[in-house]
Amino acid sequence: MKLNLALAQICTQLGCVEANLDKHLALIQEAHGQGADLLVFPELSLTGYVLQDLVPSVSHRPTMEDPVFRPLLEASQKLDLTVGFVDEDRRHRFFISAAYLSKGEVVHVHHKVYLPTYGLFDEGRFFALGDSCQAFNTRFGRVGMLICEDFWHASPPYLLWLDGADLFLFASASPGRGLSAAPQLESARWVEHINRAYASLFTAFVAHANRVGFEDGLHFWGGSTVFDPNGEPLTHGPYDEEALTLCQIDLNQLHRTRARLPLLRDERTSMVERELNRILHKP
Amino acid sequence: MLENTGIDLTINTDLARQILTGFIRSELKRMGFTCAVIGLSGGIDSALSCYLAAEALGPENVLAVRMPYRTSSKDSLDDAQRVIDATGVQSLTVEISGMADALIEKFPDMDPVRKGNVMARCRMIVLYDQSSAFHGLVIGTGNKTEILLGYTTLFGDSACAVNPLGDLYKTHVRQLSRAMGVPEPVIAKAPSADLWSGQTDEGELGFTYADVDRLLYLLVDQRYSPADCVEAGFSEAFVQSVARRIQRNQFKRVLPPIAKLGNRTVGYDFLYLRDWGT
Repeated sequence: MKLNLALAQICTQLGCVEANLDKHLALIQEAHGQGADLLVFPELSLTGYVLQDLVPSVSHRPTMEDPVFRPLLEASQKLDLTVGFVDEDRRHRFFISAAYLSKGEVVHVHHKVYLPTYGLFDEGRFFALGDSCQAFNTRFGRVGMLICEDFWHASPPYLLWLDGADLFLFASASPGRGLSAAPQLESARWVEHINRAYASLFTAFVAHANRVGFEDGLHFWGGSTVFDPNGEPLTHGPYDEEALTLCQIDLNQLHRTRARLPLLRDERTSMVERELNRILHKP
Repeated sequence: MLENTGIDLTINTDLARQILTGFIRSELKRMGFTCAVIGLSGGIDSALSCYLAAEALGPENVLAVRMPYRTSSKDSLDDAQRVIDATGVQSLTVEISGMADALIEKFPDMDPVRKGNVMARCRMIVLYDQSSAFHGLVIGTGNKTEILLGYTTLFGDSACAVNPLGDLYKTHVRQLSRAMGVPEPVIAKAPSADLWSGQTDEGELGFTYADVDRLLYLLVDQRYSPADCVEAGFSEAFVQSVARRIQRNQFKRVLPPIAKLGNRTVGYDFLYLRDWGT
């Protein structure tokens, strides 16, 4: 089965959800026109990233009743999409979130589980930690969705892999840092390196959509990628520019790669569980 | 001084240029501006800012302002003109002698440092007034080395709307300037604030930019402790003097503290980016 994947690299208005929604709807039209089946938006694509005290004022619930999600759910009749937003739960905790929308339904919501709160990052000050890491079924197979720092730790991708994910959708608002003599920033090199590693280790498709633009002096570097189950790069979006990057993936590649390299088959989950319990519970 | 430290301060100048021009363009647009104003001293930092702004916005949208004082060196003026001619930016020359002298004359015992600060602040006044007249934002020229060492005049040369050079050490400024075609005489000459005759940065600081940039890279970027730096080959006295300077000049890098009384205080828990809503 072929899947036409589209990765949106957009710049956003900080704290202006309606303006950002307009941009989403325009890009959905464009992606649909180019034959996309699934469109991935970056982290916090509806709100902007360095929200700070704006967090409580930009939250939206992923339901048909919500004025921002209604048009997005309608648009998801044409193609599946993942969007970045701030979710506010019933007890008024705020989460950096990603929602997978398909055929007018909210298929899955992921709350970011790792919140970087060091160096230039301050997410833990404003957001609650997500509490689960679960794969979910889509019309293209079983998918795992993670947000930025989530995949800077090996644990969430590993859990999603064990939970059946064969297509990983990563969404980021990654600020560029680490200028040296190298052609890429260190942050870009690091992220591409681990995306490729996950694709290779899990013999799965790994797609990453990163935003662009500036917020004060922080710039977001784009450079969205798709890696195949052999760890081969299928596409690479431009650095530092808005773009819609399309990539057709052949889901049958999973069969071919796993026949050659059955890392999933040979994964010893009972041993992992036993040793993890020993390590975590030792006196 | 340090031969085998293995510290490489080479940067990818194409990447820096792309990011910094993007920064100028994006931030000005967010604030509703298409034009910029720059105080052009004839030195390398303001020259680089000028080149970056011209590339980001188009030279017709940049106003370079030369602001000589009576004792400013003629070379400075000529070098600034070289930059204006090379970039094709708009330009203006506003002598600050009248403004500065009006204050200096009231205090005959004013020492050179006070006079220098008066001149730097006069230049700030001129630039901000031109910012209004030209409807352009003031582009900063302060590099990372001088910001960390506090080798700036508070509310003087450090005053600006956005600063594209603030994360580049002097060493990096030289590389990027060369890559962008800043005239060689501007790059090669000894850095100087030109606030009094014979003044040079390195003479005043007591060390070279080449040496201090390598130390700052370890101390700040790589989070080395002072002891780690000594182990890496820098002298104890040099390390201590620079570490002390960085600490003592933190006040030039932060907003003045507000005494907290309420539950929500500007500077503590009233947190929004400058780009709020843009």
